[in-house]
Amino acid sequence: MPGFLVRIILAVQEFYTLTWSAIRNVFRRPHYSDDIILQMDYIGVGSMPIVVLTGFFSGAVMALQLARALARWGQQGQVGTAVAITLVRELGPALTSLMVAGRNASGMASEIGSMKVTEQIDAMRALGTDPVQKLVTPRLIATCVVLPLLTVIADFIGIFGGYVVAAGLLDLNGPRYWQTAWQALVWNDLTQGLLKPFVFAFVIALVGCFYGLRASGGTQGVGRATTQAMVTASVWIFILTFFLTRIFTSQLVSSS
Amino acid sequence: MASGGAKSVVRFEQVTVSFDGAPALDDVSFEVFEGETRIILGAASSGKTVLLKTALGLVRPESGAVYLFGQNITHMTEQELFDIRSKVGMLFQESALFDSLTIKENVAYPLVNQKAIQCPLEDVDRRVKEALHFVELDQTLARFPSELSGGMRRRAAIARAVVTEPPLVLYDSPTAGLDPITAYTIMALVIKERDLANTTTLIVTHRFQDGLLTANFRYNPESGQLVPAHENGDPTRHRTKFIVMREAKIVFLGTQAELEAVTDSYISKFRRQGGG
Repeated sequence: MPGFLVRIILAVQEFYTLTWSAIRNVFRRPHYSDDIILQMDYIGVGSMPIVVLTGFFSGAVMALQLARALARWGQQGQVGTAVAITLVRELGPALTSLMVAGRNASGMASEIGSMKVTEQIDAMRALGTDPVQKLVTPRLIATCVVLPLLTVIADFIGIFGGYVVAAGLLDLNGPRYWQTAWQALVWNDLTQGLLKPFVFAFVIALVGCFYGLRASGGTQGVGRATTQAMVTASVWIFILTFFLTRIFTSQLVSSS
Repeated sequence: MASGGAKSVVRFEQVTVSFDGAPALDDVSFEVFEGETRIILGAASSGKTVLLKTALGLVRPESGAVYLFGQNITHMTEQELFDIRSKVGMLFQESALFDSLTIKENVAYPLVNQKAIQCPLEDVDRRVKEALHFVELDQTLARFPSELSGGMRRRAAIARAVVTEPPLVLYDSPTAGLDPITAYTIMALVIKERDLANTTTLIVTHRFQDGLLTANFRYNPESGQLVPAHENGDPTRHRTKFIVMREAKIVFLGTQAELEAVTDSYISKFRRQGGG
């Protein structure tokens, strides 16, 4: 078998082993609750400004674009509907996850990677701690909790951004905007809007930690791990968002 | 090889380790008994660090067997290894102190996290202070590793390695990158720990003078200084043996006198470097 294929298969195997032990450790002692809270603060509170900014402007841009498109059919009043659906179903989860991937998957890879190349991971094992339990599982739990919450915030701020544009720039009816936005949403939208960031949280935390734990070759290796983690996590978010949307849309079609 | 029926602490049986097809240890066999010291010399990338990590179960051998305190650790799970690792202290090459923890928390780490140690929480503080006093770093408790000099970090890492009073201590290049005076201080600590706690010691180094110091000096508790070991009667000389590694293999294993008699250019290179 060619060398590169062997390397790919070994990497996939390593990733699955890491995933399995990270999930298994959720139900095993010891639990590092301090680390979980610290990571929630770092990933959740730390990502707020960037998530709020992207949420607001993506909602505002959507309102601008969709108002123009809907005006062709005289349906400018439906801007709220269009913005809410696009944000809650797709843009909210995807953009928030991409921002968090850029900020935290790379952060995890560089932090754990630096620990790896300075033998701190080995020291941890030598001193009686499982690095997956101590480093990976808290990051996984923290990301799974905060990413759906960040998405909810991004969705709301995005719809608000759309409102500011609709009411302030386009002179549309403000209360009607909120009414149509609220009425447009069904349970399926909310389910997929929350399930997606939950799945992406696994991708972000595990990919970030995986590349960190594989880092080798000094500071250059840490830099490489950081870039790879960010690119891989982002690409997987795009791929998975397609498949998840496919599942949810086919459900809607079959139930209608 | 065993002196007076001493217990075997570390035993390698034809151990082979490789990374991405390149051998890091090739058919390595040796044994260390209780209270003995091994100085492991070798050029860069000759497999010295991998040897120490394999002894601790951090690296798994592809073939062969590793015994630690008489137990075969080759196929042990990570959880089983945690228990046996609590009997081993290790100083890593770049100290490997945890950046995010203070010196006090770093030194307390093995006491708090190693289940087999079972140190009562009220004793942790006292033992940490004792360990830091041992390495003469009493004033650094609340500081972070990044605030210390290279030599101080090395000393703090020694404190962390010996705080649990392990019967076996592994030192990976304890003097690498240090100036001669600091290097001497560090080696004096290594010898002090060996002689006061009677630990079995493995020292990886590329400096022959570290080996000479370990083989020929002992710690005098009265004066707090290193004093020459006597020609006869002092066990230090007999308990210290040298291992020379080259390209993942052991090319020499013997006493200082045997090492000095070897004519091989690779081995004698270390001797010249040490000025011996």
